[in-house]
Amino acid sequence: MPLHNEFDSIASLREALRARRVSARELATSALEAAHARADLNAFLHIDADLTLAEADAADRLLEQGAQAPALAGVPIAHKDLFVTQGWRTTAASKMLAQYKSPFDATVVSRLQNAGAVSLGKLNCDEFAMGSGNENSAFGPARNPWDPDAVPGGSSGGSAAAVAAGLAMGATGTDTGGSVRQPSALCGVSGIKPTYGTVSRYGMIAYGSSLDQAGPIARHARDLLELLDPMSGFDPRDATSLEACDGQKNEPGRIHAQFVSAAREFDAAGSQPLKGLRIGVPGEFFGAGLAPDVATAVEAALATFESLGAERVAISLPRTELAIPTYYVIAPAEASSNLSRYDGVRYGHRAQQYSDLGEMTSRSRTEGFGPEVLRRIMVGTYVLSHGYYDAYYLQAQRVRRMIVNDFQQAFAGQCDVIMGPVTPTVAKRIGDNREDPVADWLADIYTLGVSLAGLPAMSVPCGFGGSGKPLPVGLQIIGNYFSEGRLLALADRFQQATDWHQRKPELA
Amino acid sequence: MEWEIVIGLETHTQLSTQSKIFSDSSTRFGAEPNTQANEVDMALPGSLPVLNKGAVERAIQFGLAVGAHVAPLSIFARKNYFYPDLPKNYQISQYEIPVVQGGSISFFVDGVEKTVNLTRAHLEEDAGKSLHEDFTGPHGESSTGIDLNRAGTPLLEIVSEPEMRSAAEAVAYARALHSLVVWLGICDGNMQEGSFRCDANVSVRPKGQKEFGTRSEIKNVNSFRFLERAILFEARRQIELIEDGGTVVQETRLYDADRDETRSMRSKEDAHDYRYFPDPDLPPLVIAPEWIEQVRAAMPELPRHKRERFEQALGLTAYDAAQLTMDRDTSDYFERTAAALPNGQAKLAANWVLGEVSAALNREEREIGACPVKPTALASLIARIIDGTISNKIAREVFAAMWSGEQGGDADAIIEARGLKQISDTGAIGAMIDEVLAANPAAVEEYRAGKQKAFNSLVGQVMKAAKGKANPQQVNDLLRQKLG
Repeated sequence: MPLHNEFDSIASLREALRARRVSARELATSALEAAHARADLNAFLHIDADLTLAEADAADRLLEQGAQAPALAGVPIAHKDLFVTQGWRTTAASKMLAQYKSPFDATVVSRLQNAGAVSLGKLNCDEFAMGSGNENSAFGPARNPWDPDAVPGGSSGGSAAAVAAGLAMGATGTDTGGSVRQPSALCGVSGIKPTYGTVSRYGMIAYGSSLDQAGPIARHARDLLELLDPMSGFDPRDATSLEACDGQKNEPGRIHAQFVSAAREFDAAGSQPLKGLRIGVPGEFFGAGLAPDVATAVEAALATFESLGAERVAISLPRTELAIPTYYVIAPAEASSNLSRYDGVRYGHRAQQYSDLGEMTSRSRTEGFGPEVLRRIMVGTYVLSHGYYDAYYLQAQRVRRMIVNDFQQAFAGQCDVIMGPVTPTVAKRIGDNREDPVADWLADIYTLGVSLAGLPAMSVPCGFGGSGKPLPVGLQIIGNYFSEGRLLALADRFQQATDWHQRKPELA
Repeated sequence: MEWEIVIGLETHTQLSTQSKIFSDSSTRFGAEPNTQANEVDMALPGSLPVLNKGAVERAIQFGLAVGAHVAPLSIFARKNYFYPDLPKNYQISQYEIPVVQGGSISFFVDGVEKTVNLTRAHLEEDAGKSLHEDFTGPHGESSTGIDLNRAGTPLLEIVSEPEMRSAAEAVAYARALHSLVVWLGICDGNMQEGSFRCDANVSVRPKGQKEFGTRSEIKNVNSFRFLERAILFEARRQIELIEDGGTVVQETRLYDADRDETRSMRSKEDAHDYRYFPDPDLPPLVIAPEWIEQVRAAMPELPRHKRERFEQALGLTAYDAAQLTMDRDTSDYFERTAAALPNGQAKLAANWVLGEVSAALNREEREIGACPVKPTALASLIARIIDGTISNKIAREVFAAMWSGEQGGDADAIIEARGLKQISDTGAIGAMIDEVLAANPAAVEEYRAGKQKAFNSLVGQVMKAAKGKANPQQVNDLLRQKLG
């Protein structure tokens, strides 16, 4: 059992580290041992003890400064293998990049490193972040710590599994259509996707550029805040990162300050801390496709919020279902172009046998990419093709704007936050949807709209379901743009009133 | 049948920024392969483009210079196609909404002014280079190398309307465009290094027909001379094809300078489906009016404004003004010369710059910047014509001496040393006239009988006696007096 699990939060771990009651090296060593011991989960793709221990030793030196040490000094985390790293290989869980090493670090990676965090290595995910079950990894599926036969969700499946199994205090993930929220829900951990543009995409391998956004996964909202705040901020190397959020400078400290101010506001309200908060509950999120066990857990969570003083308001997001085809046009369109660079010319997999240039490229790509990636490249190429562009891509962009407007209408007068399920069901068994990829696409129904609108949203554990071993259910909390700090404060209130986030899977 | 050639040009001008359009690596020419390509230029996983403001400012300058609309909002799009020297396998360009819209370029062809409208000018990145020749792989095998130093170099693609009707017009347009971008300093204009490349869209139609014929696009034309030859060849090819009963197919053709012919590269059927779509990595390019004004304020005086000023304030002809504003160095040279002369003498300065100076420069294939006769020296020579010290004809002799550095290139010293000073002493000229009249009684008779020709012959005799140094006007006046 890794040492960090003796601490219930990053804050208490930090206290112990600064007081030198535990060293970064001890934490890292025990975490690496645990990662090896739980190799069955296939959560980690690349571990390099030397690299990790070097970071731990550097953190220990910083910790000599005591209270002056960076906030995350010595905290063991791990990165989704979609973030490029100079030390560890970066594969995007693809055969295409099986041996790839980046000459630079992703901004998210270097920011967390500058904050003192110690990286345990790189985490499994769906190939190029395309998938909802981590089954599309060229290096085998990651497993759900609650039930090794169940998927951990995806695409940040390794990240959620590692946190759920206690292998890391937190992990980075990326969310294009739900890839942070959905695995967090299915693994019973907390995750947040911030507003598009608050976190730099530099060094995050692109899937759907207009949707991709990095976010942390951790046990609870307070730890998410510890990780998200230093990750965020304007980056001159990403033209889509924002210089300002609603008039405030986009820099570390912004989300933290918002959290503190919201938490104070709630504290001041006494026994009904959330009095006046209007929770919009979209009817479309509770339709026929929603499994009863998930519905029950989510309803209970909403009742908890009501008991804290919040008011429940029925709202409508009429284009919830349309988000699916819209997303599965836009994301593959962007992906088909983003993934063109993997051609076997400069780096990555190159076919052994080819007779000319065209064949070298097509064979390298056919061999290097898995079936889901090929599928999305083909869909994306099709929808951008001459004669189809207007009917698919342009039409999808129009619907996307309508979806944005639907959310804005809800936030304009009806509600302050929106809540509902993250997924229609608890985690499926590994292999269930192998013959039916579209079934996976349809299961993204509750998360896609948020991604298309670029809104911040999170998932917090809110109960269990399933017919065999208990499997976690997640509650989705969606806020208006730049309300990350407030969302985390809300989630924190919920977690003060519940203990779902403290439940741990039995060690198999 | 009489045929008309229709030509439109697409010109890729390499913008003179220090760094690339979407990355901070250098754009310097001629470095070791792949030493000027960073993670963005090599399209490594996770890299992202960030727009170079300097490239945008150069596009704005161009837009202002040609009187175009500088779009307050333009969009970068991805042009998708696979090629090994295109690292992302898409080119970032502008498609539906370019940064510069409209505008026009005016120039002279055979002394007649012509204006060609521009469709647009858009920003885009250049590709790398494939090295097919003299390249061997790591094991000595023949192979193709990729040099990505050029990848990401900023380009402004300037597209004209199909408004040129001859190869000569196309070349004149290209030259005018070339001098403008060099004038503005937004492009170094080096054609050998590929800083200024033209593709020509060429079609033919029976004279008088309204509809355009089917066009072919000629690529790879890297000099004005080749541009002219390529268009002439292509037009002839199309005319012969049609006259032989064939039809022109829409295609891309490559000009082969060695064989002086165009060859089919790919037909419309093989044309790529580029699957353009807005680049999600780059927000729309927003150009606020204040930015445009900032750029405008820092711009050199535009050639067309200078031209107007030369015509209106200095009284030059439209043609002379246009010739003098073909490039900045020439106009500077002219202005410095004119400035050193009394007001109202600019016309004389223009004649000298466009006449003697430019002829000498052409003869020796020199740039005006390297002219051995500096503007102030030229002005001092012209001043001697104005004050009657020497005639225009003698001045040419002095100029040649100045050019070769005689007497340190000083006009007065040369005039003195060579004894070229015009004789304006009435007594001396009168004496020479008396001698001539005495020696030519027959001519005197003829003149008195009313033959003007005889007078001219007498003037010639006097000038000859004066070795060309007598003031011709004075000779005329005195001679008339004496013949009474």
